[in-house]
Amino acid sequence: MKNSHKRTRGILIALLCTVIAGLAFAQKPEVAPPLTPLTADGVHDPENPALPSLQNPEESMATFPKDRRGEVQWVESLNQGVITPRKFLTGDSGEGEELKELDLDIIMKNTAQMPHVRFPHLAHTRWLACKNCHSEIFIPKAGANPVSMEKILKGEYCGRCHDKVSFALWACERCHSVPHPGSPPKWW
Amino acid sequence: MTSYKADRSIKWRFSILGVLAGLALLAMAPAKAEYADVIINNYADAAGMRPVVFPHWFHRIRFRCKVCHADLGFQFKAGGNKITMAKIIDGKFCGACHNGEVAWSVENCNMCHSGIPGTPTHIHGSTVQRLVSPPYKALNAPQQPAQQ
Ligand code: HEC
Ligand code: HEC
Ligand code: HEC
Ligand code: HEC
Ligand code: HEC
Ligand code: HEC
Repeated sequence: MKNSHKRTRGILIALLCTVIAGLAFAQKPEVAPPLTPLTADGVHDPENPALPSLQNPEESMATFPKDRRGEVQWVESLNQGVITPRKFLTGDSGEGEELKELDLDIIMKNTAQMPHVRFPHLAHTRWLACKNCHSEIFIPKAGANPVSMEKILKGEYCGRCHDKVSFALWACERCHSVPHPGSPPKWW
Repeated sequence: MTSYKADRSIKWRFSILGVLAGLALLAMAPAKAEYADVIINNYADAAGMRPVVFPHWFHRIRFRCKVCHADLGFQFKAGGNKITMAKIIDGKFCGACHNGEVAWSVENCNMCHSGIPGTPTHIHGSTVQRLVSPPYKALNAPQQPAQQ
């Protein structure tokens, strides 16, 4: 009797250790140390004779505007003219999908206690064509898409781009930017 | 006395398991690559070439997303475009630019084939999705035997 009780406690303690150790290790690299030299990034082969010809992130991005977490703030970088990415293959005109800016915010209110989400078409249509989202990812009708945080975490809807190429989900406030009477002060 | 010993050894065994699990997570922990780097390795390893590292940061400084993802037809899926050298030389995918006109040409094998051998296809995104979504399976990965 007593023995099995002890054993259960042992298992529980061990489980707790596992979870804490796992969390500690998993949380740490939450932010990739930004601007790591390519020779030390764990992805580029240091033996590659061409490696010195590749540009280190530090060389171009050190002075770019950053967000709260030290990630490059690409919206600001573009708005301030720090970067001038081409709209077409060879310049700002050419063949291909039109890049037309649309200044239309969609407020998404199904956010429980979190501030509401403002989806800005403008920030998106400076980078993307309508076709990139409509209608494969989003039906172009306010409220028509059953978006939720769980689906975003699984890589659907906003999660097709965010957390992969566009800014990561840790920066809640960049999406949940419209406080309402029921939303608590920032806790994340 | 003996039962106490047995109990301790169980506790130890589980603690060691805990540490091992932690270490496994550490090993799984992302490399320190720049955010959004894509490693493409459907065929390269098998063909004796290093995997390809595609840096989003470098290209988005020069091109809007839409140039690649609408005009050139890259789908939003690491490894999902089944890029091969034949297609590149034919002017598709990377070859639409790496043709000696928009950017340097395909002779510079090691500029693209710069990954550590054995690195599987993946996008170096944030940890959140890494913990939630299943690991990526290479196109040429052996198929699971069909369930009866
Ligand atoms: C829309 C045009 C375009 C496409 C498509 C493209 N690239 Fe590039 N890439 C460029 C340009 C422009 C440069 C810079 C060339 C220069 O500096 O002369 C470049 C540079 C690079 C570099 C060198 C970065 C450095 O550190 O100097 C790598 C690596 C690279 N591309 C890989 C790829 C791979 C792999 C693909 C396909 C999966 C690809 N590119 C598709 C335009 C493109
Ligand atoms: C890329 C934008 C984005 C980021 C970043 C983001 N969210 Fe969300 N969140 C959404 C959208 C969109 C919805 C759904 C809104 C709707 O359908 O009206 C949502 C919904 C929610 C909900 C409502 C319940 C649910 O599961 O859908 C909660 C709670 C929430 N988010 C919490 C968070 C927290 C906490 C963070 C930061 C760790 C965060 N979100 C970061 C876009 C985002
Ligand atoms: C990054 C993805 C994205 C891009 C690019 C995009 N949209 Fe949208 N669009 C959305 C989302 C998200 C919604 C809101 C859907 C919802 O509420 O469920 C939306 C909604 C709409 C709506 C419905 C508005 C309403 O009040 O019902 C229209 C119209 C629309 N978009 C047109 C466009 C046009 C035109 C373009 C190109 C200039 C474009 N969108 C580009 C994501 C995008
Ligand atoms: C097709 C890709 C794509 C999808 C889908 C997408 N986004 Fe974005 N989003 C971007 C890009 C690209 C930017 C520019 C900033 C960056 O890359 O970090 C951006 C920027 C933003 C910004 C501007 C942040 C700022 O600081 O100004 C917000 C807010 C945002 N996204 C919310 C959302 C929400 C909410 C959804 C889902 C309803 C969504 N996005 C879906 C690609 C996407
Ligand atoms: C612009 C970037 C780029 C350059 C330059 C480049 N490759 Fe590739 N290569 C790729 C990509 C992307 C793939 C697809 C990788 C995969 O899925 O495994 C690939 C795949 C391959 C493959 C395996 C698939 C196939 O098509 O046979 C071989 C072999 C290969 N490359 C050899 C070379 C050689 C040799 C050179 C130099 C003459 C070279 N590559 C230059 C981007 C490049
Ligand atoms: C120079 C071309 C180029 C540009 C510009 C570019 N991408 Fe990509 N993107 C790629 C390539 C190549 C891949 C990998 C495709 C493959 O492996 O088949 C990719 C993959 C992706 C993926 C898939 C990640 C996953 O889930 O597997 C997303 C999302 C993405 N890009 C978003 C963006 C956004 C957002 C922008 C603009 C900020 C952008 N890309 C700009 C070439 C580009």
